[in-house]
Amino acid sequence: MERVSTQMTAMEFDLAKTPLRDLNQFLHRELDVGDTRHVDVVNPDGAHNIAVGLDAPITVEVHGHAGYYAAGMNQHATVVIHGSAGTGVAENMMSGRVHVKGFASNGAGATAHGGLLVIDGDAGLRCGISLKGADIVVGGSVGSFSGFMAQAGRMVICGDAGDALGDSLYEAVIYIQGEVKSLGADAQFEPMTDADLGALGELLRQAGLDHDPAAFKRIASARTLYHWNADANQEY
Amino acid sequence: MCGIVGLLVKTPALRERLGSLMVPMLIGMTERGPDSAGLAVFGTPTTDAQRRISVYSGLTEDGADFNWLGLAHELHEHLDLRVDVRPKGNHAVLTVGSAPEAVKRYIREHHPKLHILSTGRSIDLYKDIGTPAQVAERYGFEHLTGSHLVGHTRMATESAVTPDRAHPFTAGEDFCLVHNGSLSNPNGVRRKLEPEGIRFETDNDTEAACRFLEWRLREGDELEAALQKGFEELDGFFTFLMGTPDKLALIRDPFACKPAVVAENDGYVAIASEFRSLAHLPDIKNAKVFEPAPEEMYVWNA
Repeated sequence: MERVSTQMTAMEFDLAKTPLRDLNQFLHRELDVGDTRHVDVVNPDGAHNIAVGLDAPITVEVHGHAGYYAAGMNQHATVVIHGSAGTGVAENMMSGRVHVKGFASNGAGATAHGGLLVIDGDAGLRCGISLKGADIVVGGSVGSFSGFMAQAGRMVICGDAGDALGDSLYEAVIYIQGEVKSLGADAQFEPMTDADLGALGELLRQAGLDHDPAAFKRIASARTLYHWNADANQEY
Repeated sequence: MCGIVGLLVKTPALRERLGSLMVPMLIGMTERGPDSAGLAVFGTPTTDAQRRISVYSGLTEDGADFNWLGLAHELHEHLDLRVDVRPKGNHAVLTVGSAPEAVKRYIREHHPKLHILSTGRSIDLYKDIGTPAQVAERYGFEHLTGSHLVGHTRMATESAVTPDRAHPFTAGEDFCLVHNGSLSNPNGVRRKLEPEGIRFETDNDTEAACRFLEWRLREGDELEAALQKGFEELDGFFTFLMGTPDKLALIRDPFACKPAVVAENDGYVAIASEFRSLAHLPDIKNAKVFEPAPEEMYVWNA
């Protein structure tokens, strides 16, 4: 195994030389007993499952493009990807912070319960699908069906959105600065309250973005789908 | 699941390395497609009258021992045609000075188990069952040269694992297509094409897409117009990568169900299902890497 210890509390894994499983086992097991609090991953080269299932307050920096499910199920850790992320980045995150410096593919932050996912570039389709309480800030635009059936949490979109944004939303809230190609069923624009402006300003600050919260619109559920309507005849 | 890869090079030096750059791309997609692999390579075209015909003998009794020179003698004797044969095991590229249709008709009638893989002035096509590494080794993919190529690794879902159902598929001349996904209306497309006199060779869904798009091109559509009709007529999940003598083209279905990533710099355009097939390419760290959007057409000129 190739490990270079640059100081007592930092470690580097070169995935061109070290199997991914060694990295993830180190992150899962040895962190409990050691004092490493910073891990650099070089040559990720699109490998799947980098830094999944972390459960410790450490920082992992991935220097390059990550494959599917990077930082999935994250708890407590901070994962920074200096590149793009494949499908399902930070999927089912529970807490902590995941920051993608490039773009993210489909299903970013899907089902995430807590923590903050920041994507500097664009996110693909189905970003924040079934969101369950996490916050997602996308510096660019998001693809179609983003926020589908999102139950709790907040999504901030600094660019534009594709079709069917927020389809069948529950109690999650979406803030968007750019254009919406189309809203999904039961999603509606609502006025921004002072509480919205404050919350959005804080999310933008945490993401390191300096957009004016007043330039954003709020999208939330009209709650017409909360109860079965036999007269709707499957037309929504 | 399947893997698609494509590479278009922009410099003469990289044309010589086309195959060696591609082999790791193909092998990188082994997990997405371990049961079959193939590629179509586009090189310097023959003269107007000449045609290159890629033929596969793996389904004949003789397999890799097929008597290719004997076939050339037969064609000379019966059709009075001089045929240049470049055999490699169960595969050969025949170059004929004229009358490719007569050659193909002769092969179908007298050697029905030979499978004609492709016809054209620029295209050579190889595909077979086996892992991508095995197929690449079998045909010496690393030695291929040319301007661009289209490759595929297959994990069969819609039809059996056989060499003729591997990708790329071709139709007409100098056109090929690879597919990651599954179509929901291939039989409807077939019912539409068969009355036009279009003959199908397999029950594979991708073949329907390939023959549909080639039919539109043959009917006079520009590539973009043909792809637009593809969006309207082909239903299901797809990332399609297509090759013509001077173009690579990519489209994804409206739900972007199947992945694709592109890396472009001054030397090449490289396309793969996932970045891990692009990571080894020269100077990739300075390439522009992006994900192609659904329902958009991406066309690169060779």
